[in-house]
Amino acid sequence: MAHGLLSPLRPPFICGKPDTNLSQALTTGKTLRFLLIEDHEDLGRSVQERLMLEGHAVDLAQTLAQAREFQQAAVYDLVLLDIMLPDGDGRVFLTSQREAGNTTPVIVMTARAAISDRVGTLDMGADDYITKPFDYAELEARCRAILRRRGGVADTRHRHADLTFDPLAGTIEVNGETRELRSRELRLLEVFLGAPGRILSKDHLCDRLFSFSEPVSDNAIEVYVGRLRKKLAGSRLRIDTMRGLGYRLSGT
Amino acid sequence: MTTARIAPSLRRRLVIRLLAIAGILAVILFVAVRFSAETASETTLDAVLGVATASIADDLRSGESGARVSLPPETFSMLAAMGEERVFYRILIGETTLTGYADLPLPRDTPTAVAPVFYSRTYREADLRLAAVSRNLIIDGLPVTALVIVGQTREGQRVIAQHLANRAALLGLLVFLLAIPASLVAATSLLRPLDRLAEAMTRRGPRDLRPVRHPVPEELAPLIGALNSFIARLKSTLAQTETFIAEAAHHIRTPLATLRSEVELALRLAKDEPMRQRLRRLLRTVDEGSRSAGQLLDHATVLYRAEQQAFARVDLGQLARGLVDRYRTTADLKDIRLHLDKPAGLLVVSGDAVLLEAALRNLIDNAIKYSSEESDIHITLSATAEIATFRCLDQGRGLDGAVADDLRVRFQRGSNVEDVVGSGLGLTIVAEAVEAMGGSFRLEARPSGGTAAILSLPLAPAELRTSDQTSGPVALTAQDTP
Repeated sequence: MAHGLLSPLRPPFICGKPDTNLSQALTTGKTLRFLLIEDHEDLGRSVQERLMLEGHAVDLAQTLAQAREFQQAAVYDLVLLDIMLPDGDGRVFLTSQREAGNTTPVIVMTARAAISDRVGTLDMGADDYITKPFDYAELEARCRAILRRRGGVADTRHRHADLTFDPLAGTIEVNGETRELRSRELRLLEVFLGAPGRILSKDHLCDRLFSFSEPVSDNAIEVYVGRLRKKLAGSRLRIDTMRGLGYRLSGT
Repeated sequence: MTTARIAPSLRRRLVIRLLAIAGILAVILFVAVRFSAETASETTLDAVLGVATASIADDLRSGESGARVSLPPETFSMLAAMGEERVFYRILIGETTLTGYADLPLPRDTPTAVAPVFYSRTYREADLRLAAVSRNLIIDGLPVTALVIVGQTREGQRVIAQHLANRAALLGLLVFLLAIPASLVAATSLLRPLDRLAEAMTRRGPRDLRPVRHPVPEELAPLIGALNSFIARLKSTLAQTETFIAEAAHHIRTPLATLRSEVELALRLAKDEPMRQRLRRLLRTVDEGSRSAGQLLDHATVLYRAEQQAFARVDLGQLARGLVDRYRTTADLKDIRLHLDKPAGLLVVSGDAVLLEAALRNLIDNAIKYSSEESDIHITLSATAEIATFRCLDQGRGLDGAVADDLRVRFQRGSNVEDVVGSGLGLTIVAEAVEAMGGSFRLEARPSGGTAAILSLPLAPAELRTSDQTSGPVALTAQDTP
């Protein structure tokens, strides 16, 4: 998987301070490096491609042995782990990782719905689990939640022009005034901050903001953009409407 | 559950049989003692009678004009002294009675000279025991046969015999009475291995599927062998059911996951609107299929666990907390706020964590699914003295007049939810899970709009609740290996 290991998108990794790095990756919309451990080839490739489409770097390991090789060569921000693998149980792998002091966040992808799996994986040190088949919006939300949690003590605030953005608290500070963002407003802002100056189409924003399985009305994006504009009022940052094309964040 | 027809107690049957045998033995003992005692006394008396008769016969002397008899008085007094017996005698020479009672009965067979012949006859309304001895004499130069018969009543002997019979009867009764406790003890000790086995089986409980290793007598070995092979088969069937549910889930969900992922990918890349619409419809269908598959498997798991009745202590508060924390991410996607309000202490119910989780999860999932964006869902836990209540209150679309009982029917969905993906199994799962644990579940329309799902469960007995071990993960992991 050449895209993963040699990805130019990957930010420089600061050893010993992974959390800061993680939160930066999160808040600036920069790439995350995923290790996807999934033996089902079609599913693995599909998930890999889908995540790479969001700009993340994804290495796909089809066996636990391969996963261990990848881990020796690179450091990952997140591990997506299947349970039933040809050369062992994903849960055993997880336990041995934790025992070896590897704290990389792990999301277990389980095909089984039994609580013994769900609770068991959390007890074994998984950060979260997701049941197949899953919605990418939900997977992303769960990754985000974990990275926020892992961000923990580190200061996750970032300055963009005259605005201070705290994704962990879900707030922005404009002219000394703290404003709270709802979940979707926060995600929308993250999307814009990740691509400053670029024109983002309504469809693209829609895809990033809503789950595909939700019925979305035509003016939904306009509603959220309108709200975000209100929250940004007084700041140099503005969202311009590019008629017929979409929206653009300017002023950074 | 059917119980086997109960045959009379083995112990009672054994005791009755042992006592019957003891009774027969006592009777035989009585007869034997009496018979041998009578025989012994008769033999003794006969010997005396025989000697007396023979001595009279010995004293017969042949004279010139006939035979001369001397009847020694001590002989008669000896015979009579045995009690108040009467003694009769008759001495014949040839066919003629020489002296004595002429009508004293003769023996059936003429005795030889050597040994006396004994016989019993009724004579003058008395039972006589008689001895006859014959002797050859020469009288007047002619050989004649002399016959001496001495008879004796046996009143004394009858008294002794009666006395002995009473003794024998008493002995028999004593033996029988001793046999009663003895047979009880014997039956108990004989049945002890059976009792121990029954006790061990009762103690092990319905969920213990280990083979029976209890030491049993040889006769019970085939029974235990059959039982063990039955347990082994049951165990493997149960294991197969569980494995089957897990395998089925794996085999259905993995391709569905691929399909869903591919459709999302296509949707992400598709530019023209008609194609996007088409892909959205496809995605919805995939979601419907995967949801149905998931709920069917959940339902199968719930039915299986409900049957098992493997209950442990579960902290409802911790379970609800875990679920709310997890569903917060899902709710966030729709800007829905989840609020959990629970009492500070433990809320321990006795139940199956898997069933409880399935019930609460379906209710929370439903509330999120049917709530509009940016609404609030309030989850509250409360307890009275004996009942814990879980409430899930949403501001969603409500029941639209549907009767809650109808919504619990399998594959039955409300009339106002066609735009939301669902299987129609969620509330069935909730109701079946809760009822298996002795709880109740109802849906109510809230006056302010929205739905209230109310679930009540009996609290665990106090001694379980205050136990020092906190439940939750403890109880949950205890369920992992059913």
